[in-house]
Amino acid sequence: MKKYIVLGLLAVLGYYLMNVFLLIDFGMPHFAQGVKDVYLSSSENVLQVSNVVTAIVVNFRGFDTLGEVTVLFLSATAMSGILYKKRHDIGDRSILFPASSIIRAGSKMLFPTITLLGVYVFVHGHLSPGGGFQGGTIIATGFLLMLLTYQNYSVSHNRLVWVESIAGILFVVIGLAGYFMKGSFLENVLPVGQLNDLFSGGVIGIIYVLVGFKVAAELIGIIYTMLHEKG
Amino acid sequence: MEKYLDILEIVIYGSAVALILIGLYGTLTKKSLIKIVLGLSIMDSGIHLLMIALGYLKGGTAPIFSKGYENAADRMVDPIPQALVLTAIVIGFGVTAVALSLVIRLYRHHDTLRIDEIKNLKW
Repeated sequence: MKKYIVLGLLAVLGYYLMNVFLLIDFGMPHFAQGVKDVYLSSSENVLQVSNVVTAIVVNFRGFDTLGEVTVLFLSATAMSGILYKKRHDIGDRSILFPASSIIRAGSKMLFPTITLLGVYVFVHGHLSPGGGFQGGTIIATGFLLMLLTYQNYSVSHNRLVWVESIAGILFVVIGLAGYFMKGSFLENVLPVGQLNDLFSGGVIGIIYVLVGFKVAAELIGIIYTMLHEKG
Repeated sequence: MEKYLDILEIVIYGSAVALILIGLYGTLTKKSLIKIVLGLSIMDSGIHLLMIALGYLKGGTAPIFSKGYENAADRMVDPIPQALVLTAIVIGFGVTAVALSLVIRLYRHHDTLRIDEIKNLKW
């Protein structure tokens, strides 16, 4: 009975949502056109960054990205706080079963390649699609592969915390350098270079590399916490 | 070309609305906590699809000034919804991770995942 009431309500909601969205001209230049033009032209001419999405995320809305990275850090901390157990309760990872020798050999070969791909993606974040968040996630999938394959593969929690803290502190230090030298937080303080060069865009490349390290460390921490959970 | 765009419009907006409604349905009617979290996650992806579709431009290219596209600024799609969705995906991941760990904690305490069997709210 309850199911049918919910279905009816959702049908009404879907009808009106669909009608509202069909009013918007699809594929036409419509809303916030001036904002888009300002972002596109100043990303090409002032900052010399080819990937405009990166320019928006790291420079125009850089403070927002600092908050976003903080939210990710907060959720990792909250997870390890919620799943906290006394030390003698932690047993083996009983949800896993031993992997076959094909998977062992294959994941050993794949792990460096996955890490290299992740590093490539976040170093070239301002030139091609990709960036710190995507590259960090790729590196974390490499570690997930190793943790699932080898029962006793372990990641040093201290080292993760150090990587994450140093990356976060350097992000804030770069922002403060912009504040003291140019007058506003996260302002560009380095020479911008040429469009489509690896060293272009000033601080954008450096900040995205730091974000990549930070996201990778946080995701590996979350995966590690989840895998050591015995239910 | 015009007809093609009309069909594309209905397909994209329709699937975004369908994803939102499927997620809402799962959140409202399912009894298992895991399925409720999955419903929230599906609703998230519907909203992301909708935001990306709003920034689409007919015959547009990606907002990247790579070689050969230095003067293509007037036919690039809107980069602002893409940046917002990048933020939203990361926040959605964090929300899902925290929700799943709360589910694990509830399961450890009550030995069940069905919300109609978890009656006492004391831990």
